[in-house]
Amino acid sequence: MKPNNVLIALGLEGSANKLGVGVISHDVSTGAVEILSNIRHTHITPPGTGFLPRDTAAHHREHILPVLTEALKVAGVETEDIDVICYTKGPGMGAPLISVAVVARTLSLLWNKPLVGVNHCVGHIEMGRQVTGADNPVVLYVSGGNTQVIAYAEQRYRIFGETLDIAVGNCLDRFARVLNLPNDPSPGYNIEQFAKRGEKFIELPYTVKGMDVSFSGILSYIESIAPDLLSRNECTPEDLCFSLQETLFAMLVETTERAMAHIGSKEVLIVGGVGCNLRLQSMMAQMAEQRGGKVFATDERYCIDNGIMIAHAGLLAFRSGYTTPLEESTCTQRYNIKRCGPGFPKYL
Amino acid sequence: MSKNLVKQGAEARIYTTSFLTRTAIAKERFKKAYRHPTLDKKLTDRRLVQEARCLVKCRSIGIDAPAVYFVDLENRTIYMEYIEGKTVNDLLADGSKITAEESDELARKIGEALAKMHAAEMIHGDLTTSNLLIRDANNSLAIIDFGLSFITTCSIEDKAVDLYVLERTFLSTHPHAHHLFLTMLKVYGESYDSGNSITGKEKKYGWLG
Repeated sequence: MKPNNVLIALGLEGSANKLGVGVISHDVSTGAVEILSNIRHTHITPPGTGFLPRDTAAHHREHILPVLTEALKVAGVETEDIDVICYTKGPGMGAPLISVAVVARTLSLLWNKPLVGVNHCVGHIEMGRQVTGADNPVVLYVSGGNTQVIAYAEQRYRIFGETLDIAVGNCLDRFARVLNLPNDPSPGYNIEQFAKRGEKFIELPYTVKGMDVSFSGILSYIESIAPDLLSRNECTPEDLCFSLQETLFAMLVETTERAMAHIGSKEVLIVGGVGCNLRLQSMMAQMAEQRGGKVFATDERYCIDNGIMIAHAGLLAFRSGYTTPLEESTCTQRYNIKRCGPGFPKYL
Repeated sequence: MSKNLVKQGAEARIYTTSFLTRTAIAKERFKKAYRHPTLDKKLTDRRLVQEARCLVKCRSIGIDAPAVYFVDLENRTIYMEYIEGKTVNDLLADGSKITAEESDELARKIGEALAKMHAAEMIHGDLTTSNLLIRDANNSLAIIDFGLSFITTCSIEDKAVDLYVLERTFLSTHPHAHHLFLTMLKVYGESYDSGNSITGKEKKYGWLG
């Protein structure tokens, strides 16, 4: 039996092509947080293709039980030790979200444990803060589905800037398809490796509007010029990846800097899948250094979607007295972080 | 030529200096170490020119703004008129005594100036109460810092966002003076043909979207 001052949460995540299950413990008396297990299985599609909701949901259904079993085994906890079951409520793709929520509900009934539905973005941010020790940073949340500059003020997450169309990760992933780069381990990772060898800078559109950014025009443009430039040997795929990264990341760093200047913050935290890109991290660090500030970033264990962040954010909410009744344990594809607010500040 | 640093923003450093015997502001955009040099130069040059263009355009259509003395592309610097005055931010600061009449007068000035600017299809891009000055000499309202400005093609959206950015400053920094903003919106709507459709759009924005 575990001591009374320790709370344990199980977290289930499947809002996109990553299926993750994690177990976390919080020691309420000391504030210590321990990650007991963090298991992930990714739905990888052939080069040149993306992942579709139906196939992704099928992948999650197929793998959830082995992943869950392993997470519990690695954590070494008994089912009676678990205090709360946390699942991703949204935002994300409908079918994959639902396939995982069903499992969370079933476990809740089977083991008679409370449920907490967690906002995926809050999961990323709270996990990032926990791992890095950042106190009240400006957050750049960049992934395949999200691009936002967020800061916390007056009991709510506030969005200072965001993409006006597609997410930055989506832009990178779709360009990877144009070049037929493998989706293993992830298209963004392979673009990053190519970009390291790029030398020639190809000028691309640059679209910053105040603190907002737009990527769809850049993607259309590079998609249209790439075949021609490559066939005439005017540049290499590496050069294109390099130029795309330099342009997109400069936009992200610029808007983040503006938000920092606006609210007078010296800390910046990068979360989300694109956040493990080392070039983005180093550009952000250079910016922060010029301002006398500091960058916090995490590695792929926490940047890329995972179950542990859902367990962590869910457990924080649970500790503040929040649970999701079974009849309200729905999913929602559009679940803006702006809606996470009063009553259960930060943690809805 | 001696330079005194007044302010460092996200994009530029502002100095006071002298230019052909006049007191002047030198606004120097600094190099961004994180940005690829080609991209950095392209952006800086474009924004520098854009800023100078908007300042000159303001003056030519009768909006009070700093006069441009010289644009030094090589050193990424614009030399402009130094305006002696108080920012609206200072005027509204806690403890300042502003009467209801003065407040209405201020709102009217801001509303009229912004309407004139938008009628000329100019978007300021960074409207805050710190970027609005009242000249000591003649109490005229001057708009400063066109660093993020641009000329729009048609968009009601851009203009509404411009006003919305200003409203956010009022909400966060001068919550007690929100009525001033609302009076300003009314004047703006009345002094500009498509003004009311823009203020209507502006009201649709809001923290909770």
